[in-house]
Order: sequence, then C-alpha cells, then structure tokens
Amino acid sequence: MELKAIHENCSGCGICLMVCALENFREVNPSKAALRIEGRFPAPGDYRIHLCDQCGQCAEACPVEAIHLENGIYIIHEEECTGCMICVEECPNGVLFEHKSMEMPIKCTLCGECVDACPRDALQLVNNR
Amino acid sequence: MLYGYAGTILRIDLSKGRIDKSPISKEMTDKFLGGRGFVAKILYDEIPPGTDPYSEDNIFVAATGPLTGHFLPASGKIHFGAKSPATGGYADSNMGGHFGPALKYAGYDALVIKGKAEELSYLFIEDDTIEIRSAAAYLGMGAIETETRLKKDLGNNFQIITIGPAGENRVRFACISHDFGRQAGRTGIGVVMGNKNIKAIAVKGTNALSVFDIEGAYAKGRESYQIIARKPGFKGWTPEGTAGITDWVNEVGAFPTRNFQTSFAEHYKDINGKAVIDKLKITDKGCFLCPTPCGKYGHTKTKSGAAYVEGPEYESIALFGGSCMLNTIEDVAYANYLCDELGLDTISAASVAAWTIECFEKGLLTREEIGREVKFGDLESVVYLIEQMSSRKGIGDLLAEGVKVASQKLGKGSEAFAIHVKGLEWTGYECRNAPAMMLAYMTADIGAHHNRAWVLGYDIVGESTDVHALIESGGGGGKLPKAAITGKSRAVIDSQHTRPLFDALGICRLQMMELGFEVKHYQQLYKLITGVDKTWSDMIDISEKIWHLTRAFNVREIKGFGRSFDYPPARFMEEPVPSGPNEGHYLTRAEVDVLLDEYYTARGWDKNGIPTKETLKRVGLDALADAMEAKGTR
Repeated sequence: MELKAIHENCSGCGICLMVCALENFREVNPSKAALRIEGRFPAPGDYRIHLCDQCGQCAEACPVEAIHLENGIYIIHEEECTGCMICVEECPNGVLFEHKSMEMPIKCTLCGECVDACPRDALQLVNNR
Repeated sequence: MLYGYAGTILRIDLSKGRIDKSPISKEMTDKFLGGRGFVAKILYDEIPPGTDPYSEDNIFVAATGPLTGHFLPASGKIHFGAKSPATGGYADSNMGGHFGPALKYAGYDALVIKGKAEELSYLFIEDDTIEIRSAAAYLGMGAIETETRLKKDLGNNFQIITIGPAGENRVRFACISHDFGRQAGRTGIGVVMGNKNIKAIAVKGTNALSVFDIEGAYAKGRESYQIIARKPGFKGWTPEGTAGITDWVNEVGAFPTRNFQTSFAEHYKDINGKAVIDKLKITDKGCFLCPTPCGKYGHTKTKSGAAYVEGPEYESIALFGGSCMLNTIEDVAYANYLCDELGLDTISAASVAAWTIECFEKGLLTREEIGREVKFGDLESVVYLIEQMSSRKGIGDLLAEGVKVASQKLGKGSEAFAIHVKGLEWTGYECRNAPAMMLAYMTADIGAHHNRAWVLGYDIVGESTDVHALIESGGGGGKLPKAAITGKSRAVIDSQHTRPLFDALGICRLQMMELGFEVKHYQQLYKLITGVDKTWSDMIDISEKIWHLTRAFNVREIKGFGRSFDYPPARFMEEPVPSGPNEGHYLTRAEVDVLLDEYYTARGWDKNGIPTKETLKRVGLDALADAMEAKGTR
C-alpha cells in the first residue's frame, strides 16, 4: 500500500497534519507531522500535498542502515539511528523532518490515519502492486 | 497546570524595546476564558482612560482562546483588539486562518504590544526567539505582496499577518491581512498596527499544547468530524460558503442595495454563491482544521484589471455588489482584491464608496471635489474611490475618515445616509423590517457589525435555526407583512452571548451556526482539553460578563456615551423601503425607542443604556461597579 494525494481536493486545513502527530506522538503539535501541505498563493492559487511514497531513498542514504523495509514500509529503528539527518536532506519529496524535541527524524509509518481523517478525501491508500 | 492554554502572555513595549513573558493566571482563564475575554479585560485594565486611539499609548492585543489550536473543527481563530479607531470605544476583530494556532504553538496565548517602533518594523516570533526587525523594505507595499515576500524570506511554514498602505496611511478602516485573503477586517485594527510602525508579524511555533485528557480529546475530536460530516450542511452549505446566502437575503428583502436605499437587488443572481463557483473559483481554501471551508480562492478578470483573490464572501458581495451595485461577480471580486492588497476592510470601504456616490448623485459632492464622476454599478468609479481612500489623496483624505466623520465634515444632510452605528459602517443586512436584527446592530459593542448577534432568521421565521436550514427553506420573495416590534430583546441577547462565546473560546462559530453542530460537543471538548468542568451555561455567563465589560469600556472612553449612540441612521427611521419584499416598511423613531427600552431593561442597564451597579455586581464585575460609581459615570 502507499499514500496517494488528490491535490485538487485539498483545502489546506491541516487536519491530516494534526492527526499524524496525534496518532504517532499523542501530541497536539502539527509541526511533528510526517507530511506537509504547500499552499501556492497568490498564483496559481492551489494546494500541493507532499507525502511519503515509501520510495526507500532514505534507506539507501542512511550511513548506518537504520531504516528497514518491513511489510512495504520503511521504518527508522530508533536504537540504530544516530540522528545524522542525512535522510532528511536526501528525501526527494521533502517529507522527512527534523524536530527540536527528537533525536531521530520524523517519518511516515503508513498508519493511514491521515487518510481516515481527511474530510475531503484528498488522501488515499492505494495498492501499489 | 493550565491545560489547553500555552500558559504565557507575550508583552512587547516597542518604545522601550522591552520584551516580557508573563504566566497567565488561573483567575484570568476562569473569569474571562480567552480570546475576546482577554482582549476586553486587558484593554479595560491597561489602556489609560482617555487615550487617543491613534496615539502610541493605544494598546494592540492579539489573543487566542483555550480551544485555539486543538483538535476540533475550525479551531483557528484569533482575536485582535485595541481602543477603536472607528468609534473611539471598544474594538475587536477576529480572524481565521492559521496565525492563532501558530502563536499558541510558539508558546503564547496572547500578545500585547505597547508603544511605537522607531522605524517601520516587523515582529519575528519563532518559539522562544522574539525579534523586532526592520520592515523598511516593505514600506508602502501591498498586504498580499508583503506576505508573499516575507514567506519567501522566512519560509513557507511561518504564519504571517500584514497591513497594506491603508494601515500605514492612517485610514480609519484599515484591516489586518493573513494567508492571502483572510482578514481581521473591522474597527480599523490595521491602523493600530500601522501607528505602532508594525508592518507585519511572522510566527512559527513547534511546541505541543498541553491537554488534560489526550486520549479522550483525540477520540472526541475524531467523533466531532464524523458528526459534522453527517450534517446536511456539510455537503449543502460548504460548496458556496457564506456567499450561498445571497439569494435568500434578497428574497426576504434584507440585501443592502444602493447605499441601503432599498433592500433588494434585481441582479442578485449574477453575484451569488453560484456565480462565485462558476466564474471565479479555483479551490476551496480552509482555515485551520476546518472541515467545511467557506473560503473560495479564485481568479477574476475585469476591464480594470485581473487578480487572484480569496472570495468574495457574502459581506463583500453585499456591500460591493449591493450597496455599490457592481453588476458582476468578477467586478465584485476585483474590488475585493484591491481592498485586500491595499489593506482596507471591504465592508467599510464599500460603504464609504456607496455614500460618496450617493453624495455625488444628490449634488452634495461635485465632480471637481471628487476628482471625477462616480456612478453606482461602475467598477472604475469604485476602483478610483478605493485608491483615493487608501492613499488619502484628494477626496480620499475625507473618505479615509469613514462615513460618520466624513458626513459630519461634509454636512448638507449627508449624515442621514451615512450608514453606521457608533462610527462603524453597517454590514450586509438591511433591517427596516427586521427589528431584532436592527437591535443587534444598534447595540453591538464595536458598532454596526453582525458578528455579535445574527437574528435575521429569528425576524423571518420566528426562531433561531442554522443558516443552512434557512437557505434550504427558501426566501419566497413575496411581499412581507410589517414585523412586530416588541419582544425582540431576548433573542438578541441570547445571540449576543452565544456568538461572542466562540470568540472567547478561540474557535469558529460557523460549525454551530451554519451547520447545527451542537453545543454539547463544545462543552465536552472544553472539559477534555482543559480539565475544567464548566457547563455551556457557565460559559454563557462569562460571555455575558464580557458584554457588560465592553459596554463599560465604551462608557468610560466615549465622551457622553449612552442611548444616543445606539440609534440607527436616520434613513432607517424616516425612509420607507422603496422596492422589493419589504416595500413600504421602516421603523419609526418611537419604535426604535421601544426596542431600546426593552433591551436596556432586559440587560439591567438604565434608560440611558448604562449598566447599573447591581448588574455589574451580579455578573462579577464588582471592582468595575465601584470604579464607575466613584467617577460618577454610573
């Protein structure tokens, strides 16, 4: 499975960011979400959703091989991660995040809560096989 | 621990370059909740009595509420306040978008700005880092362009408020802009920023908010969205947003038309919600955590120019499309854009333009005085007037004062059709056959604004109901009988307590007002988030207390304040509506007096509209009651 964005449905409300942080950290803190919304204003006047498609480039970039493929999802192993943040720099979609409260990066775990919570069906979980 | 709140008030004295972070007290949160409650309390306590609203002694407050930034529908509101440039009394103006939550995540429930910066500056706030930075590069720049430039300079994840040239040029109805089309539009709050030499405030916050019961609040938040998704208005109201009410308001004869000469515009189908969708819209544009975005972002092309613009929402349609009679939604949208960029409140700017055009039609202002011929329905006339007033050039210097002061200066009977209360221009509902709504406008603390109470539905169908249900029920469009005058005060007072309570909680009221999301859910969310066991009724009592506090502020700050400040313009008491569903109707001065007498009695105010000592003590404003008595204002 992978996340897919329907950009034209997005209104930029950020509910996906909020539930992402709540589900994964039990925090009211959208700055700890593992996806991002880009408002393109004034022109062209729309939103773009940037999300993790589990491409695996973070795992390839990781110098200590702390990111492992498990059931189609790339997971950062906390005990192996050194916090170098090279994966954050290398992510082609810009959706791995450094946060001041964390020693390791924030990465999508494909929990699917953002899909469930979006009131406008702007996010989907699709079978990539 | 104060759950729900960030816990800190950030105070900045620009004259002294002093930055102070002070903890918010339990007493403050218990007695005034937040948002509008904090604004009212801080202004009353900290503004020196008699302060000139244009001076650096005025105080600028930005306050969130306990629910701002939390996981519940549309929790993105922030409330700005100051001594009012529009009325000289109490001012506040609220705004959606994403700025309020960002301020809270940075660690601050409220921001209090005193003094004046030496040069044009902007405030930079990133969590603990607070800096006053030069804004010389943005001098005279449009509000939207300033936001675009700052986002480019600072990063897209900063939330930014700006003022346009109107705020720098001391225009009495300058607004605050945010997120490329959201505004805190009313009361001239933008000029307070301008007079402090603050062009913008940029905020980024990365802290978590404390929650009393995180599991419970998370589950209740999820449930709230599911409940709203099942409301008929979720799919019925959202597509057109506030513009969707345009048809109904015309069909019940309450649409401000030709500077409120009449209350029905023949061309309303050309400027309604459907026209916004069909002719302008690119995307829905949502405020923070809103499942039903009323914001419609689009593009307009007219003979005066083309622009990207958010809206127009209903108020801009009513004032530019109705009061100024612009014929097409594209023209309305362009006037809307111009106000957004120049930093003007669309409601007041359109009202000033409509008043000027009527003055020209009646021969009270000449072509030479205005600088050109101006006509209703003509976009070029409206664009010209907007540009003049925002720059204070030529006739604009008079117009920048708003319709009250401008009509007093011009005289010649123009005061009769200067459509305002207390100095704030009237919003988008004509009320000559809507006595409850008329009373709501007359008694709103900031002047003629519908935010405090919206009871047009009560006037039309005799009960309060959500707006989606009203729209669905249709307006009919036939001739309406004259409405009863007595018995209106209770509905107005209930609305004046309920709607501003959302402003104190720091959330958007539209989930309840437009879709019917029930108050019991807000009560539960409040308890789960703050851990404080307040019933909705307890919170309504706080809202009532705030109402008396803002009235007392007006009594203290406006010379001779009392009953005479609560009357509508003479037009509404002397000229019958000439056309449409309410043809022939108006309220006599005697009928207006009945409305006021009943209202003052129900409020516990004297015949001059001053809160009695007993009333102030009943709602817990004992110290204020004693102070008013000592000064002889009570």
